[in-house]
Amino acid sequence: MHDPQKDDLKLVVKGVTRTFSAGRRQLEALAPLDLTVGQGEFVSLIGPSGCGKSTLFNIVAGVDTPTTGAVAIEGDWQGERAGKVGYMPQQPLLLPWRTAEENVMLGLDVRRVPQKEARQQAHELLKRFGLLEFADSYPATLSGGMRQRIALLRTILFNASFLLLDEPFGALDALTRITLQMWLLDLLESFHSSVLFITHDVREAILLSDRIYVLSARPASVLRIVDVDLPRPRRQQMLAEARAVELEQELILLLMKEQPL
Amino acid sequence: MSLKRLAGYGPAVVLTVAIFLLWELVVRANLVNSHLLPAPIAIMQALVDNWDVLSVHTLQTSLETVLGLAIATVFGLGLAILLDLSPWIRKSVYPLLITSQTIPMVALAPLLVIWFGLDLTPKIIVVTLYCFFPIAVACADGLASTDPELMKLLHSMRASRWQTLWLVRLPGALPSFFSGLRIAATYSVTGAIVGEYVAAEQGLGLYMKTSASSNAIVLVFAAIVVTALLSLFLFGLVSLIEYIALPWQQRFGQKR
Ligand SMILES: Nc1ncnc2c1ncn2[C@@H]1O[C@H](COP(=O)(O)OP(=O)(O)OP(=O)(O)O)[C@@H](O)[C@H]1O
Ligand SMILES: [Mg+2]
Repeated sequence: MHDPQKDDLKLVVKGVTRTFSAGRRQLEALAPLDLTVGQGEFVSLIGPSGCGKSTLFNIVAGVDTPTTGAVAIEGDWQGERAGKVGYMPQQPLLLPWRTAEENVMLGLDVRRVPQKEARQQAHELLKRFGLLEFADSYPATLSGGMRQRIALLRTILFNASFLLLDEPFGALDALTRITLQMWLLDLLESFHSSVLFITHDVREAILLSDRIYVLSARPASVLRIVDVDLPRPRRQQMLAEARAVELEQELILLLMKEQPL
Repeated sequence: MSLKRLAGYGPAVVLTVAIFLLWELVVRANLVNSHLLPAPIAIMQALVDNWDVLSVHTLQTSLETVLGLAIATVFGLGLAILLDLSPWIRKSVYPLLITSQTIPMVALAPLLVIWFGLDLTPKIIVVTLYCFFPIAVACADGLASTDPELMKLLHSMRASRWQTLWLVRLPGALPSFFSGLRIAATYSVTGAIVGEYVAAEQGLGLYMKTSASSNAIVLVFAAIVVTALLSLFLFGLVSLIEYIALPWQQRFGQKR
C-alpha cells in the first residue's frame, strides 16, 4: 500500500531506535520502528503511556537524534530536520509575557519576519479562526481550550505543511475536546496539512485519522496499522456507525493487552 | 493602587507607629538620657530644621546610589549572560564572584579612595560592588531555570542561540532579575554611605560622621531617617518599574 522508498511521502521513519543511558542502566525507548506519513495524510499514534511516543516526536522534529535508523522529511534523508516541522509539544508552552497574538507569531519572529508583517499574519489567522477577541489577552487569562487553540495556531503559522501534535487535547474536558477536534479538522482542511498526531483516546484517533499506528509498550514498536475508511468531512456522529464502533472495540482490546497490570 | 493593597500595609503601619510611640514614651518618661537617645519627634524636628544642609548631602548620596545601581544592573545582567554561555565559564567565574562578596567593604573603601581620589568614583564603585552580586545571581538562576521543553520548542523552530536567549530565556528571567534588583536597591544606599564614611567632601555618610564626632546624636538619627526613606523610595521605584514592565505578571495574580 505505502512504499517507504517513495519520495512523495511527507515523512519516512526507518528502523529508528533510541536508547537513553541513565547512569549505568540502558533504557530502550524505541525498538526499531518504521512509519510513514503521506502528503496531506492524518496519521495517529496510540500506545500506552511512557512507550516512547514523545521520544519519536523529538527525533522527527530534529530536537533529538536516533541511536540507529534514519528519518526523511520530503525524501531528504540527510538534511537538518529542525525548522521543517510545526511541532506542538505535550504542554502548550505559551509564553506568559506575550499576548495570544504575540504567541501566535513566535515562529515568524524566529524566522526573522519583520514585526509588522508577522503581526498582520498572526492577526489574520486569529480572525479567520474566530479568536480575534482574545488577540490581546495574556495566556494566564485564557481557558485551557483557548490556550490549546492559540498553541495550535502558533504551530501552524510556523509551518502548516507538516504538523507534529503531541496529545494536544489530552488535558481538556470531553465537550471542549469535541469542539476542538472539529475546529482542528476545519483548520487542516484549509491548509492541506500532513499531520502526525499522538493521542491516548481511541475515539479521537478514529474521528480524526486516515491511518492509525498502534504501538506496543516500551520499547515502542508497531503492533498494527489500521486504515480508517470513514468519509470526509468527518462528523462526531460517525463514531456511532457500526464500522467505527467495531474499530474502536478492536483497538481497545489491542491496547488492553499492552497495559501493565 | 487598590484599597485592598493599601489595606495590606495596615499591619506594618500599626507596628511602626506602635514602636515609635513606645520609643517616644520611654524617652519622655526619662527612662533614658534624651541626649544619648533622642525621641522620634525631636529627630523629626532636627530633620526639618537642618533640611537645607541635609538636602545637599542627600542629593549627593542619591546621585552616587543611582549611578552605582545603574552600573551594577548593566554589569550584573552582562555577567549573568556570560555565566550562562557555557558550563566552563560558570564553573570558573562563579567561585571568584562569591569570593568577591567576602571582601570587607570597610577595608576596600579606603584603598579605593587612595586609587581614585575623593570625588564620585570610589563611592560608585562601592555601590556597584554591593549591588551587582544579587542581580547577577538572581538573573543567572532565572536563565538557568528555563523550561527545557520550551528550549526543545525553540530548537524545533531552528532558533539560534541568541534568538532563544532574546525571545524566551531573558524575558522568562525578568521576574528573577527584578527580585535581585529589589534586593540590590535596598543595599545600594548603604553602599554609598559606607563609601562616604571613609572619605568624602559631601554626602549623608560624611554628615553622619561629622555629626557623631561633634556629639550631635540627634543629627545622626536625622540622617539615618533620610537614609531609610531613600532606601524605601528606591525599593518602591523598582517595584513600580517592575509593575509597568511586567504587566502579564501582576495584573492576573502570580500564576505559573
Ligand atoms: N532524556 C531522557 N533520558 C532518559 N530517559 C528518558 C528521556 N526521555 C524519555 N525517557 C524515557 O523514555 C520513555 C519514553 O518516554 P516518552 O516521553 O517518549 O513516553 P510517551 O509515550 O510520550 O509517554 P506519555 O504518553 O506519558 O506522554 C519513558 O520511560 C521515559 O522515562
Ligand atoms: Mg509523551
